[in-house]
Amino acid sequence: MTLLFAYSAVLLSFASGLLALMMNQRQHLQEFSQYWFNKFPGCKEGFQSVIADNLDEKPFPIMLRQAVFVLLGLSGVVAILAGLSVLIGNKVITDQLSLGLPWLPWHVRFDGLSGFFFLIVGIATSAISLYGPGYVNGYDESQHPFAVLGLFTGLFVAGMLLVLLADDAFFFMIAWELMSVASYFLVAFQHENSANRRAAFIYLLMAEVGALAIILGFGVLAGFSDGFTFDALREAKLSTSWASIAFVLALLGFGMKAGIVPVHVWLPEAHPVAPSHISALMSGVMLKVAVYGLIRFCFDLLGDVHWQWGVVLLILGTFSALGGILYAMMQTNLKRLLAYSSVENIGIIFMVLGLSMIFMANGHPQLAALGLLAALLHAFNHALFKNLLFLGAGIIHHQTHELNIDMMGGLIKKMPKTSALFLIGCMSISSLPLFNGFVSEWLAFQTALQVDVLDNGVLRSLIPVAAAALALTAALAAACFVKVFGLIFLGLPRSHHCEKAREIQDQGMLAGTSLLAGLCFLFGIFPGLIISLINNVSGQLLGETLPNDAALGWLWLAPVAKAQASYSPLLVLIGALIAGCISFWYLRRNPATAIRTAETWDCGFGGLTHRMQYSSSAFTMPFRRIFAKVWIIDEQIDKDMQGAMNQDVAAVHYRLQIHDHSWPRLYDPIAQGVNTLAKVVGRIQTGNVRVYLGYSFVTLIILLWVIS
Amino acid sequence: MNWLIAILQTTLFVALAPLLAGWIKYCKCRLQNRKAPSIFQPYRDLIKLTHKQPVVSEQASWLFIKAPYIIFSATVLAATVVPLIAVDLPTSASADVIVMVGFFAFARFFLALAGLDIGTAFGGMGSSREMTISSLAEPAMLMAIFTLTMTASTTNLSFAIAHVLNEGLVLRPSFVFALSALILVAVAETGRIPVDNPATHLELTMIHEAMILEYSGRHLALIEWASQLKLMLYGVLIANIFFPWGIAETFAVKALGYGLLAIMGKLAVLAMILAVSETLVAKMRLFRVQEYLSFAYLLGLLGMLSHIILEASR
Repeated sequence: MTLLFAYSAVLLSFASGLLALMMNQRQHLQEFSQYWFNKFPGCKEGFQSVIADNLDEKPFPIMLRQAVFVLLGLSGVVAILAGLSVLIGNKVITDQLSLGLPWLPWHVRFDGLSGFFFLIVGIATSAISLYGPGYVNGYDESQHPFAVLGLFTGLFVAGMLLVLLADDAFFFMIAWELMSVASYFLVAFQHENSANRRAAFIYLLMAEVGALAIILGFGVLAGFSDGFTFDALREAKLSTSWASIAFVLALLGFGMKAGIVPVHVWLPEAHPVAPSHISALMSGVMLKVAVYGLIRFCFDLLGDVHWQWGVVLLILGTFSALGGILYAMMQTNLKRLLAYSSVENIGIIFMVLGLSMIFMANGHPQLAALGLLAALLHAFNHALFKNLLFLGAGIIHHQTHELNIDMMGGLIKKMPKTSALFLIGCMSISSLPLFNGFVSEWLAFQTALQVDVLDNGVLRSLIPVAAAALALTAALAAACFVKVFGLIFLGLPRSHHCEKAREIQDQGMLAGTSLLAGLCFLFGIFPGLIISLINNVSGQLLGETLPNDAALGWLWLAPVAKAQASYSPLLVLIGALIAGCISFWYLRRNPATAIRTAETWDCGFGGLTHRMQYSSSAFTMPFRRIFAKVWIIDEQIDKDMQGAMNQDVAAVHYRLQIHDHSWPRLYDPIAQGVNTLAKVVGRIQTGNVRVYLGYSFVTLIILLWVIS
Repeated sequence: MNWLIAILQTTLFVALAPLLAGWIKYCKCRLQNRKAPSIFQPYRDLIKLTHKQPVVSEQASWLFIKAPYIIFSATVLAATVVPLIAVDLPTSASADVIVMVGFFAFARFFLALAGLDIGTAFGGMGSSREMTISSLAEPAMLMAIFTLTMTASTTNLSFAIAHVLNEGLVLRPSFVFALSALILVAVAETGRIPVDNPATHLELTMIHEAMILEYSGRHLALIEWASQLKLMLYGVLIANIFFPWGIAETFAVKALGYGLLAIMGKLAVLAMILAVSETLVAKMRLFRVQEYLSFAYLLGLLGMLSHIILEASR
């Protein structure tokens, strides 16, 4: 039954992709339905006319779009059901599909870990399918055909679901490539801009290099086992050095997809150019699939983890988290900012995974389970709030045609619903109490605080440093999202578009976003709901659940022991409501002190304009000064001079560009190296046929000599 | 009974916070050879403000009007977690010390947003500076507090303080570092000299005052009260974590009375130290604050490392 759900989720997403192809086949559909009705005249008249009406020229595209997204949404709902049923039942289901080559059936395994990520994909896909119809309405059909978007969205979701189901290396890689290539076409969807083509190319390049690394990783494992099924790979007995090579390859491959520093560069290029619901899927879900791959590879297939790997993950994660948020803070393009913030969150997930590995390798499986739980919970939470923020960014872009936060402002009054939903997203991602982001961060700190059990002195001092970096990351994230919310929604409108902006009318777009916002709040208040599910995952994967199973009630969160740490969001919420209501009621009871509105105090000079507000670069200026070495800052101030002797300043132009260190330090040298190599190789390519014939002759002679 | 004590402690916190502010002002005035206002003056100010009609800008959104209540509630919630006169608080279990730092972050988040809401330059300036300083101060504070929680191996503040109390007077190098870090952070977070000056409205130096410039009436009262509460919270944290002696361990009336006297005495001494330092030290330039705070961060980290390397059981 569970497996049926899982398969139907995949099939439904395929079907939604294929249905989208019908967009250009209206004529054929009409003929087909005519033919069908003539053949079976017994059909009801009403039914016939409904079909015929919908195939008319006007309603057809709208109807088809909705049908495509309904199928996608169904796929999401069924994926949630599949995930929940395998998690609640705490079971492992295996199966074989005789697809592909005859002697290579596809092995399928659906266990707690897959189920949990099914849940993530399912929730995101459901929200997207509510949001999608309204969002894609704005696209011009002749320039941006829906058939392309719908087809690849369906294939992309199907690919992600198949990756989660795969139980042999072949099937895994086929699904992985389906996911990568489908998402490449989605990034390249609006290909008329050269920036989009460049972003898509970088993405494809890095996805393929990553895939190569993963294949090599599987290859190393397969070299020590008989076959490519995961069961065989699990049995492989690797020496420490070979296991470490496999780990590094997997880390490179999955890390490239997940966007870990320094192989994160495709993220801030690809996310801003893709349509918003696709960025949401890519950032919220696809990065999680990469995390799934890493967990599956390290904890499940490699088996015995080494603490050194944990240290590598911890250090990479720390750099990603800090680097991601510092770069995010400097961005003015909203979706680019969110992309960098994904780098930060993936960094946090990697950090906690690293902690989990360290504890596992040092013989503390219960604490490893706690770390894994924190990592998975953060993956789940990040999927929720990052999707929410990307969808919110999509709504803002849809209504204001702006993505530059320096051109926004004052939207809280024009778009009250969107602003409330976006605020929930900002509060969750800033890990404020009562919201879901806080819970996973709290668990991450609790994991790091267990460092006392370790014997190794280096680890004992390294982990607190990482915890300090995590604290800094969280605080910087709060500052970053104060900037985001404050500049977009508060203050005075900074552009004409924003002044004219109106609340979104499409109910579906609001519903999709509200669903995610509601879940952010729900799991912030009742984290026990999801944590008890994740506990089953770590039970299956590590053979160990949380130390204190009983304390995981709906009210209390006490992962280690109640005497050590506990958190009860519901009691906190009740306390906050009591305190808020008392002060609110007490202070507002006197009608003589009702609020009086007046003009903003302008110090008597008059004429406050929107240009006097703090802008993004002004807000982040102190950070730019404090952490100056982190970025390549290109700051230019030009003055227009006029008047006699050209000495009066007429206007001042300020230009600020922030660049990523990884391009000049890492990628440009690689690109140059490849170019130089190509030139060297190019020397033997003279373009002269006689020379080429000579090469062939010499090669032949040498081969003959070798054979004889 | 426990819950009653918790409510009593919270009420005491809220009620006594203005008194502490008045006492600091009194000490400072006396030290600077000025005539001091009554130490009850902050109460009078708060009452006066609540009876005034608040004037709100036309540009203000709902966030600006609701923010004071949110800020006040979040600070009160933080106060419920910290043992004031007695340990063994049930509320310390529902929110541990990391959550308490989260409450501060919550209040600050809305304070900074409220600063940006009207769209004046001052508000944005205050928000930007506040977020900068707090994002450096918050990790330093967590480091200092983690030193305590790792020593006591619990993040529950009640249990942690009880642990320190049971251990008796032990000189731990980690605690010395953590105490210095926490004091530096407390000064920065509560907007005192040398980081911020609560008494001026100079645009070059303002941080906290810049954000709340647009507030008036009961909204201003709530924000002022919340910041007085925050000051007292930091004082109580320093006093009760590092010098917990005197705090009531049972809920007998006598013990509670002694607990109240003890904490009032400790806070009075801390306030005097603060007044002396504010009299002696000049305010520093904004871009020196990072050095000050990274020093605090370093101290916190050193505290944690010295706990792990020198003091942990193995």
